[in-house]
Amino acid sequence: MTSLLEAPADPAVERRRAVQAAAASSLGRRKFASMVALGICWLFLLIAVVPLVAVIGYVIAKGLPAWNADFFTNSTVPEGYPGGGVWNAIVGTVVITVIATAVAVPVGLSCGLFLAESDGRAAAVLRFTADVMTGIPSIIVGIFGYIAIVRNFGGYSGFAGAFAIGFIMLPVIVRAGETAFRGVPRSLNEAALALGARRSTVARRVVVPTALPGVITGVLLAVARGLGETAPLLLTIFGNQYLQWNPSKSMEALPILIYNYSSQPYADLVQVAWGAALLLMVVVLVLSIGSRLVAAYLRKERR
Amino acid sequence: MTTIEALPSAPSGRGRRRALPDKWYRGILGVVALLFGALAVWFLVAVIIQAKPAFSTLGFSWIVGKVWNPTHNQYGLLPFILGTIESTAIAVVLAVPIGLGTAIALAFLVPSKVRPALSTTVELLAAVPSVVYGLWGLIVLAPLFREHVEPFLTSVFGWTGLFNGPDRGVGLLLAGVILAIMILPTMVAISRDVLIVVPTEQVEGAMALGATRWQVLRKVVVPGGRTGILGAFTLATGRALGETVAVAMVIGNAPFIAHSLKAPAATLPSLIVNNFGESTGTELSALFGAGLVLLVIGIVVNSAARWLVWSTGADAAGAELGR
Repeated sequence: MTSLLEAPADPAVERRRAVQAAAASSLGRRKFASMVALGICWLFLLIAVVPLVAVIGYVIAKGLPAWNADFFTNSTVPEGYPGGGVWNAIVGTVVITVIATAVAVPVGLSCGLFLAESDGRAAAVLRFTADVMTGIPSIIVGIFGYIAIVRNFGGYSGFAGAFAIGFIMLPVIVRAGETAFRGVPRSLNEAALALGARRSTVARRVVVPTALPGVITGVLLAVARGLGETAPLLLTIFGNQYLQWNPSKSMEALPILIYNYSSQPYADLVQVAWGAALLLMVVVLVLSIGSRLVAAYLRKERR
Repeated sequence: MTTIEALPSAPSGRGRRRALPDKWYRGILGVVALLFGALAVWFLVAVIIQAKPAFSTLGFSWIVGKVWNPTHNQYGLLPFILGTIESTAIAVVLAVPIGLGTAIALAFLVPSKVRPALSTTVELLAAVPSVVYGLWGLIVLAPLFREHVEPFLTSVFGWTGLFNGPDRGVGLLLAGVILAIMILPTMVAISRDVLIVVPTEQVEGAMALGATRWQVLRKVVVPGGRTGILGAFTLATGRALGETVAVAMVIGNAPFIAHSLKAPAATLPSLIVNNFGESTGTELSALFGAGLVLLVIGIVVNSAARWLVWSTGADAAGAELGR
């Protein structure tokens, strides 16, 4: 009986030894390269975080001093006059966003429901259309709003702005809705149908309630996106330095105010722009964070 | 023998009566979906029709014309097409390595305790309105570029000829940097989602073979998410191409072909937004034409991006971001 030590050399073992030796001899070099490369990744993380934090920090530091009672209750005033605010811009932004949301949400969710229940060729085309529409440069949506509404319906108006903003929100809601509705387990659907429920009842009682967290997230994100759009509004509502509640007239909006005031040579107007930027950013971030919290809460409650 | 009681009839409560017949329900949804499709077609047709006069009076050569001078009936789009491509290129060159590195760090390097918080922060930053970035770029970054960044770059890279001319702050370079900052969150969020869906077995297999962490990332994880990462970057490129106000605020808006990174320039969107208010006739139609050119570029880039992200199955991330 031969001992293990005297066994004839197995070529496979030999080869493995050679590979292991090579790996061991290059281990130091590979570890060093790994350290350097991962260090660069950390560095890039830092480089990415710094400007993003700086933007938020600056907006808070420069915008907060602009916030006072006048800022929220008075309309804009010309340079040099005290007591100016952004009330007209807040009204415009709220009115436009509410109209856009009120139209885009039911239409978008119906389309989402349709897409979630369809697998045909037409649905695929529609789905792709929605995807491409989310990426259309917003300025062109502004052009569309101008062509379709401003030209045909008596000039610049809040309705034209709401049309453009709604157009931007719509594909986001369609796709978010479809994703949420598709997440509803098939078994739930089929159980309801087997009980004799009609499809509309299944949608109302089963699909929509189950998909609610996803739907709410999608809608709030779409609203947040609509709130910050500037370019389409410049081409559709034009801006208005006076308070205007009537959406069939030209209105002011927060993004337009920021855009116009930022290039003004007057410190007090730039100050108002920072204040408005902070307000817009806070609202958008609250909506984004809120959407996550609501979704998380609803999911937890269900369990 | 008892007779079997009549079978309970289908419930006839309020819910049943209020429910739509299935045909109606499908029909209504279908009509709404059709309306959505019709809206998209209307959009496309309307822009094309309004841009048509520019093409019929100027032919097609105006798209590559070098001079934009409406008072002399010259509507060359080339400076703006180049400005759009150049500012986007600067943004992509800066944002691709930084975005990929950040995505890798967020997906694998950051301690798992802070990972969700950091990831959420990055995703939230994608929601900050572009006009806010523009304001910050114009008021904070432009003076910084004029006083420090541009003199420094000129002294180091001046020999390349890319940094000729005075230090202005606003210009092509600043526009590119602002765009890079704006598209970073989108890039990072989607690439991270793509990277973490690479199968654990593959990662663990490579680890078991003795690969270092970087080797695993470079040879297994990044190649595994290649298509999705490419899609994320294309999507971000599309966003940079179409960005209007932030660019219009910091690019200087000069309708000339830039011969230096520091030179003021203009892009297709900034051209439209700056001239829209006071344009009529052929000029207005030329602006619609510029929009059409931008739309074609945008649709091509976005279709490519959607297709790339789709083919990896990281689609939900993109849909949720809505970008």
